[in-house]
Amino acid sequence: MAPRRLSREPLARAAVGLALGLPLGLFLIWGAGQLGGAQLLRARTAEAGGWSPDALTARVGETLHLRLTSEDVLHGFAIGQSDQPAIEVPPGEIVDVELTFNRPGRYVFYCTRWCGPNHWRMRGTIEVEGEGATETPPLPAYVALGIDIDAPHPAAVAPSRRPSAERGAAVGVEIPARLLSRESNLGLSPVELWQALRAEPGTRDLADSQVWDLAAWAMRATVTDEMVAEGQTLFAENCAACHGRDGAGEAAAARPTPPATTASHAHSKEPVDFTDPQAMLGASPALLQGKILRGGMGTGMPYWGPIFTEDQMWALVSYLWNFQFEGWL
Amino acid sequence: MNRVNLLQNRALRALLIPRWPQLGVQLAALAGLGILIAVGLVGSPVGNRNLAIVVVWIAWWALLMLMLVPFFGRLWCSVCPIPLPGEWLQRGAVLGPTASSRGSSGEARAQPRRRGLRWPSRLRNLWLQNATFVGLALTSLAILTQPRTTAWVLIVLVGSAIVVSLVFERRSFCRFLCPVGGVIGLYSQGAPLEVRVVDRDLCTRHIEKTCYTGSDQGYGCPWQVFPATLRTNVSCGTCFECLRTCPYDNVAVNLRPFGEDLFLPGPRRLDETFKALVLLGSVVTYAAVMLGPWGELKAAAAAVGTTAWLVYAGTFLVVTLAIAPGLYWIATSVGRAFSRVRATSAQVLRAFTPALVPLGITAWGAFSVSFLLANLSYLWPALSDPFASGWNLLGAAGVGWSPYASGVAPALQLAILLVGLTWAGAHVRRIADELGGGLRLALPVLAFTLVPTLGLMWLLVG
Repeated sequence: MAPRRLSREPLARAAVGLALGLPLGLFLIWGAGQLGGAQLLRARTAEAGGWSPDALTARVGETLHLRLTSEDVLHGFAIGQSDQPAIEVPPGEIVDVELTFNRPGRYVFYCTRWCGPNHWRMRGTIEVEGEGATETPPLPAYVALGIDIDAPHPAAVAPSRRPSAERGAAVGVEIPARLLSRESNLGLSPVELWQALRAEPGTRDLADSQVWDLAAWAMRATVTDEMVAEGQTLFAENCAACHGRDGAGEAAAARPTPPATTASHAHSKEPVDFTDPQAMLGASPALLQGKILRGGMGTGMPYWGPIFTEDQMWALVSYLWNFQFEGWL
Repeated sequence: MNRVNLLQNRALRALLIPRWPQLGVQLAALAGLGILIAVGLVGSPVGNRNLAIVVVWIAWWALLMLMLVPFFGRLWCSVCPIPLPGEWLQRGAVLGPTASSRGSSGEARAQPRRRGLRWPSRLRNLWLQNATFVGLALTSLAILTQPRTTAWVLIVLVGSAIVVSLVFERRSFCRFLCPVGGVIGLYSQGAPLEVRVVDRDLCTRHIEKTCYTGSDQGYGCPWQVFPATLRTNVSCGTCFECLRTCPYDNVAVNLRPFGEDLFLPGPRRLDETFKALVLLGSVVTYAAVMLGPWGELKAAAAAVGTTAWLVYAGTFLVVTLAIAPGLYWIATSVGRAFSRVRATSAQVLRAFTPALVPLGITAWGAFSVSFLLANLSYLWPALSDPFASGWNLLGAAGVGWSPYASGVAPALQLAILLVGLTWAGAHVRRIADELGGGLRLALPVLAFTLVPTLGLMWLLVG
C-alpha cells in the first residue's frame, strides 16, 4: 500500500501545480493583452486622480486604440476641438475607441460628464508626432484688440428695461454699416455700441430705451440663428452646471459642498451672473470669448481653449446675450 | 434514531473515502481562490464588475448561507482552499501520509515535520473566532465593495493559516481562528448531515485510536476531535479523515432530521451563546447598513479610518457586543425571576443557545436572499470578463444589471424569517420546560426572539 501512495504523491503535487498555474496562466494572458496594441485608459474622478495615464502619444495617420474604463462613476470621453461625439464610459465596462490624427500637435482629451466637483479638471493630453504642419491657432481676438480681460468692465449706463432686438428692428432707424459688422463689433461692449448709436444723428429723437433696442438689434444682426442655437446647446452641456440654466450663476456645481471646501476645489469665486446688466453690458464679445478661451485664472472658470473650437466659442458668446436681451433666441 | 448512513450507498462511499475526489474539489477551489485573488488585485476596482467581489460576497456567501450550511453543515470546510497550503506544508504531503511522515512505529502523525504545538488551552473555544468575525465585520463594507481589499483579506487568511499550521498542530486555524469557521460551525447544528461513530463502545475498546492519532490510511483528526465524543457538528470539519483511519468502518456520515444537535440536553458553553448573539446583532446591523434607507450610515461604514467610521464601528460594537447580548440577558433573567427555576442565571443564559441557532441561520438566510437576487446578474459579465479587460469568455460581458424575482423575494424572506421564529420558539418552549420554568420562563425569551425577527421584517420586507 505504502509504495503505491508514495507514487501518487508526485501526481498530487503536480495537480497542485496545475491548480496554482491556472490563475497564474490567466494572469499572464491578461498581462500579455495589456501589452498588446490597445492602451487601457482608466477614468476616475479628478479628486481620485483623473485619467490614468493622462499623457498619451500617437503618430500621425496611425490608429490609436484606447480601451476606456471607469473605476468609479459614469464618465465621458471626448477630444477637444474635434467633431467626434463624446463617448460614454460606464463604471467597470470596457469601451474601445480608435482615434486617428491627421496632423501633429498636442490634443486634449477630457471628461464630458459632470462626475464630481472638479469634473472640469479631468483632462489629459495626446502628443501626436509625425509628418505634417502643426495647426497654429489664430491670435485670440482680445489679444489682437488689446483688451485686458482681467480689468473690471462695469457698464457705465444701464437700460431702464430689458432691450429687445425685435423692438429695435421695428424702430425704423437705419444703422450705419460699420455698426452692423461683426468684425468691428467684436471689441464693442453693448454699452459702447449704445453710446455709438446714441451719437448718431438718426437716433437724436429716440428715447434711451429705444436706442438700447437698436443696440440689441445691431448685435443680433451680427450672429446667425444657427450660432445661437449651437451656443445654447454648448451652454447647457458645459456651462449651466455652474452658471445655471438661467445664467444667474447659482447652479449646483457652484455651491460649496463639503469637498468644495478643499483647496483644490473649483470655485474660489462665484460664477458670473449673466443676467446682471452691470456685469454683462460692459463686456465686449471679444472679452467674453477671451474669458472662455483662457479660463478664469484662479477662479473656478475652466480653461476652455483646448476644448472648444473657435466657432464654438463664438457660438457660446452669441448665446450669452440671451440673458440680457429679449427675443434673442 | 431516524438516521441513514450515507456510506451504505456505494457511490457515495467511493466518493467520500478515497482521497482523490476530495482533493479534486479542493484543487478546483484553490484554483478559483488564486483566480479571485489575482482578479481582485489587478481587475476592475469597480466592485460589481470584479469577479472577486461578485463571487465571494454575493455568490459564495449566499450559497453558504442558503444552501451549504443549512443543508450540508460544515461540508464547505472539507473543500475550503484557505487552509490547504498550510496543511500541506504542515504534513509535508498533499495526498496522504507518506513514509517520511510516519513515526518510528510506522503510524502516520498529524504533523510530521513542523512544531505541532498544541493550541493553548485557554483559547480552545470560540472567543477568538468571535473576535476575528467582529474585526472583519467592522470593515466589511469596505471589504465587500473594494476588490483589492477583498484580495488582501483572502491573502491574509491564507497566510495566517500557513503560519498557524507551521506552529500549531492540525487545523488550529480553522478550529479556533477562522472568522467564518465559527459561523459555519454554530449553524451547522441545524443541518441534516453529520459525521458520527456508529458504536462508541467499539471506539472505547480500540486502543490505537487511529481516528485521532492517524494511520497509514489517513491523518489523525485535523479538527482535534475524538470522533467518539462528538455530540454536535460545531467542531467537526467533515474532512472525512476518520472514515479513512477507522479500521472497523465504525464512522458514519448520517442523514438526519434538521436540527438534531439542538435537542442535546444540557447548557451550552458561553462562547457559543455569545457567538450566536454576535451573529444576530451583526445580521440586523448589516441589514440596516446595506439595505436600509440611511445613506449616511452606509457611507460611514464604508469610510474606514474616518471619524464617521469610528462612530459606526463603535455603534456596531455596542449593538453586537452589548445590546444583543444585553437584551438576551434581560430576557433570560426576567424569565428566571418570574418562573423561579432553580438553575443559575448563567445556566439559563446558556441553556437557550439552541434556540438562537435557527433564529440566526434563518435571519442570515433572509438577509442573503435580498442581496443574492438583487445582485446575482453581476456574476455573468464578471465571469465573462474577469479582468475587466475586454474579454467575453462566456458571451455575457454585455449583460446588464437586472434583479431576479424581485416580486417573490419579500415573500420568500418573510417565509424564511417565520420558519426561523417558529423553529426557535419551539426550542424556547422545550428548553423552558426542561428547566422547569414553563411558559413563565419561555415568554421573555420568546419576546427576545421577536426583536431581530421583526427588525429584519421591517428592514427586508418593509
